[in-house]
Amino acid sequence: MSATILIADDEPNILLSLEFLMQREGYRVLVARDGQQALDTILQQRPDLVLLDVMMPIKTGFDVCQAVREHDELAGIRILMLTAKGRDTDMAKGLALGANDYMTKPFSTRELVDKVRALLGAQP
Amino acid sequence: MSPLLVVAVSLAYLLTLFAVAAYGDRRATAGRSIIASPWVYALSLAVYCSAWTYFGSVGRAASSGVWFLPIYLGPMLAMVLAWLVLRKMLRIAQRYRITSIADFISSRYGKSPLLAGLVTLITVVGIVPYIALQLKGISVAFDVLTAVPAALARERAWWQESTVYLALALAGFTMMFGARHLDSSERHEGLVAAVAFESVVKLLAFLAVGAYVCWGLFDGVGDIFARAAVQPELASLFAPGQGMAFAHPQWFALTLLAMLSVLLLPRQFQVMVVENVDERHLRRAAWVFPLYLLLINLFVLPIALGGLLHFGPGQADPESFVLSLPLSQGQPALALLAFVGGLSAATGMVIVETIAVSTMVCNDLVVPVLLRTRRWSEGRHDLTRVILNTRRLAILAVMLLGYCYFRLAGEAYALVSIGLISFAAVAQFAPAMLGGMYWRGATRHGALAGLLAGFALWCYTLMLPSLAKSGWMADDFLRVGPWGLDWLRPEALLGLGGFDPLTHALFWSLLGNVGLYVGVSLWRSPSVAEASQALLFVDVFERSSQLQPVFWRGQASVASLLALAERFLGPERARELFERYAREHGRSDLSRLDLVDRLEPLQADAELVHFVETQLTGAIGSASARVMVASVVEEEALALEDVLAMVEEAKRLLLHSRELEQKSLSLERASAELRAANEQLKSLDRLKDDFMSSVTHELRTPLTSIRALAELMLDDARAEAGGAPAMRLEQRQNFLAIIVAETERLGRLVNQVLDMAKIESGHAEWQHAELDLVALIRRSADTVAELLRERGALLTLELPDSPVILRADPDRLTQVMINLLSNAAKFVPAGSGQIRIGLALQRDRVQVEVQDNGPGVAPEQQALVFEKFRQGGDASQRPQGTGLGLPISRQIIEHFGGQIELRSQPGQGACFSFWLPLGAPDNDKNGDRA
Repeated sequence: MSATILIADDEPNILLSLEFLMQREGYRVLVARDGQQALDTILQQRPDLVLLDVMMPIKTGFDVCQAVREHDELAGIRILMLTAKGRDTDMAKGLALGANDYMTKPFSTRELVDKVRALLGAQP
Repeated sequence: MSPLLVVAVSLAYLLTLFAVAAYGDRRATAGRSIIASPWVYALSLAVYCSAWTYFGSVGRAASSGVWFLPIYLGPMLAMVLAWLVLRKMLRIAQRYRITSIADFISSRYGKSPLLAGLVTLITVVGIVPYIALQLKGISVAFDVLTAVPAALARERAWWQESTVYLALALAGFTMMFGARHLDSSERHEGLVAAVAFESVVKLLAFLAVGAYVCWGLFDGVGDIFARAAVQPELASLFAPGQGMAFAHPQWFALTLLAMLSVLLLPRQFQVMVVENVDERHLRRAAWVFPLYLLLINLFVLPIALGGLLHFGPGQADPESFVLSLPLSQGQPALALLAFVGGLSAATGMVIVETIAVSTMVCNDLVVPVLLRTRRWSEGRHDLTRVILNTRRLAILAVMLLGYCYFRLAGEAYALVSIGLISFAAVAQFAPAMLGGMYWRGATRHGALAGLLAGFALWCYTLMLPSLAKSGWMADDFLRVGPWGLDWLRPEALLGLGGFDPLTHALFWSLLGNVGLYVGVSLWRSPSVAEASQALLFVDVFERSSQLQPVFWRGQASVASLLALAERFLGPERARELFERYAREHGRSDLSRLDLVDRLEPLQADAELVHFVETQLTGAIGSASARVMVASVVEEEALALEDVLAMVEEAKRLLLHSRELEQKSLSLERASAELRAANEQLKSLDRLKDDFMSSVTHELRTPLTSIRALAELMLDDARAEAGGAPAMRLEQRQNFLAIIVAETERLGRLVNQVLDMAKIESGHAEWQHAELDLVALIRRSADTVAELLRERGALLTLELPDSPVILRADPDRLTQVMINLLSNAAKFVPAGSGQIRIGLALQRDRVQVEVQDNGPGVAPEQQALVFEKFRQGGDASQRPQGTGLGLPISRQIIEHFGGQIELRSQPGQGACFSFWLPLGAPDNDKNGDRA
């Protein structure tokens, strides 16, 4: 059974490209267009991995990450943060909040796929 | 009783006194002073009670009932009511090292030697009789005790009588404990201890006799009064008025006199002020002394009445009741005790009074005369021995004067009357002294005039009559007035008759004294020296001991000051004082002055001169000290203007320091403002960082889509080349369209960011051309027509037909219009959008508005709309835009002097409007152009 990936980003075109990419790789894809939607979907659907954009309306990626990490039963969900902001502090903050990995935009699709595979492969 | 026994007992008592005094002195040098106790101080004040208390009070009570009381009521009232005055006197005396009344008065009025001498003279004249009365009291008591008949007493030669030996013994005692060394503080610790001891002895003795009379001779106090009440001549003693005319004024006069005397009697000033070691002791004394007076007077009336009852009126001398009553009852021991008590009272008074008067005589009569002779004033040898010997001689002289007066005049008058005359004499100091402590305007001339007048009147109304009444002078001037002038009668001046001599004399002498004191003081203003001393005295509490104001200018060498100190205080003591001064003032240059080469070049400052003068004051009095210091110092006479200038300077410095305070306060405020500005700058910095990171984010977002989609398509193409299944054509077309669109978006964004950066940094290029706003608006509308058609929005133009000319940048204004229109197009509902452009022309400006029927903007968002990268509306519906359009538009409009604003209600569309000024005067033909 293939893994489920939730893609959360408010930019439609990015969402579109990521959705296509992940589906091509054979994953089951869920989408969310804002932070609240992302959190709800995580809680309800328990995806295996979340591609989480930082700058989103209602709740930011950081908020979502922190909220998810408060639930012990969701500890198995991998979080990969995507951000267009350039500051190192954002990255450190993401990792401190419990994200498993991050990527800056614009990213290479190949790299992204490699990272996703690595994160999901590590699952027991 | 055998005389030998009495003499032996007296000697023993004197030896005990001696021992107490020696012990007190030894404790003082060991540093564990006895008189550090407030009890000792309070008891020493009881030296007020002399032989008069012992013998005279009883005598007076026996003849005039309660009239013995005012003498003791006065001091009680004074301690309780006037202790603030006493405190001030204490402070002044200690601050300025004043050692006698003469010194006090002369120091206050500019350190006048003349005033000091006058006060001393008055004191001697007034007090010598009082000393005589003590000797008389002892003499009479001795005679009573040894049962010498009165007739024999009168016939004795002076050397057969004990009094002369007593006087000599007392002189010796006083010399030994009162003039052992010259102390600049004039304290005599051993002596004060002895005086306190004597106070206790006399109180106990009197109480013993009183108790005996009340409960031994009679059945208690009540019994005495009951028995006296039945005898008419005794009963009359209870009545306050005593049947005398003008009882109230007399009572008042006596009380006032006693109040003044407790301050102004030399012995009281000595123990209360000069011998005081701690100002706080005054508090204890303020109630202990009145209590003592109460106790010692408790049995006076009972003893008097008891004696009168026992012996019968007029049978025995009431003044010796304390002795005769026990003797008559076969109680010689008690009588001896009473004698010792009386001896104690008398000797205490004599010793202290003699010291006080001799200090004055030495410092204020003898030393000034000595210093006037060249030999003493210019010689360099040690004068301490000379002064000390002068002191001793003065003691002996005063004592002998008292004895002579006793021999010559003591018989004539009752003890009490002599005493009251002395009181009236010292009362003359009251205006000068008390006035000097509170009135800055009192002058030396005023004090001199007042004292002379008071003294003269006292002499005339009291002294001369007393001499006449004792048979020394013809007494017709007493009866009919000098040269037969009745209104000049000494005891009824100007016809003021009916008063007893004392009240009468007190009235006139004080009237003359105060009158001339005030009048002459007001007549002429004080000199500089007087004014400065006045300030020092009257304001003594306000002046801290650190800042001694020195109204002095001049040159003095330290060497000459040191030499002066050595001459009058002794070499060791002088060096000690200089070392102490050097230590306390941190003047290391003044220490080790025994090294000659340190000494020679040093010049003294005003403070040092003042210090030396103060120290000398204790030894030779303030007037002489002033003279001596002035002789080594080349003083510049200080005019009143100079003093005023100094005061002004001090005021200016005070103001200056206040200004400095103000400045430092405003400096603080300024630095606080600077800090706030810094904070603001930092936050602006942060804003800039935020802007930068926003720009980064906005630029990277389209880049992300472009890259991702392009890569996807590339992979797909490779896969297709490899034979794998590929994207559908629509998909590919879709992706490519998105790539193109995002590239355009990126391009626009880059342009706008650069635009914004240029405008904000001032590097933008602005054209200034004349343009027709109406035409420009129409052109913009055409540009966006396609966009509007796509959205199905209807555009209405409400523009005037004639051109509206203004100077601006046409491209920029077009940019603004297109921005507003495309915003409106973005937000109007699809298919039913309505956009209206309106233009209104006013006197000095033109207003343009773009109204749409979109969802409107919530009030709290309206300000955000013009912020960079903020876009209105729900994020999920956010249309393609950059978020910089409105901020740039605002910059453009504001650059040309206008304003742009948004009016909107949610649900009722939005209206963006801007106005621009119409500019130069040559443009106001706008409305007239056809």
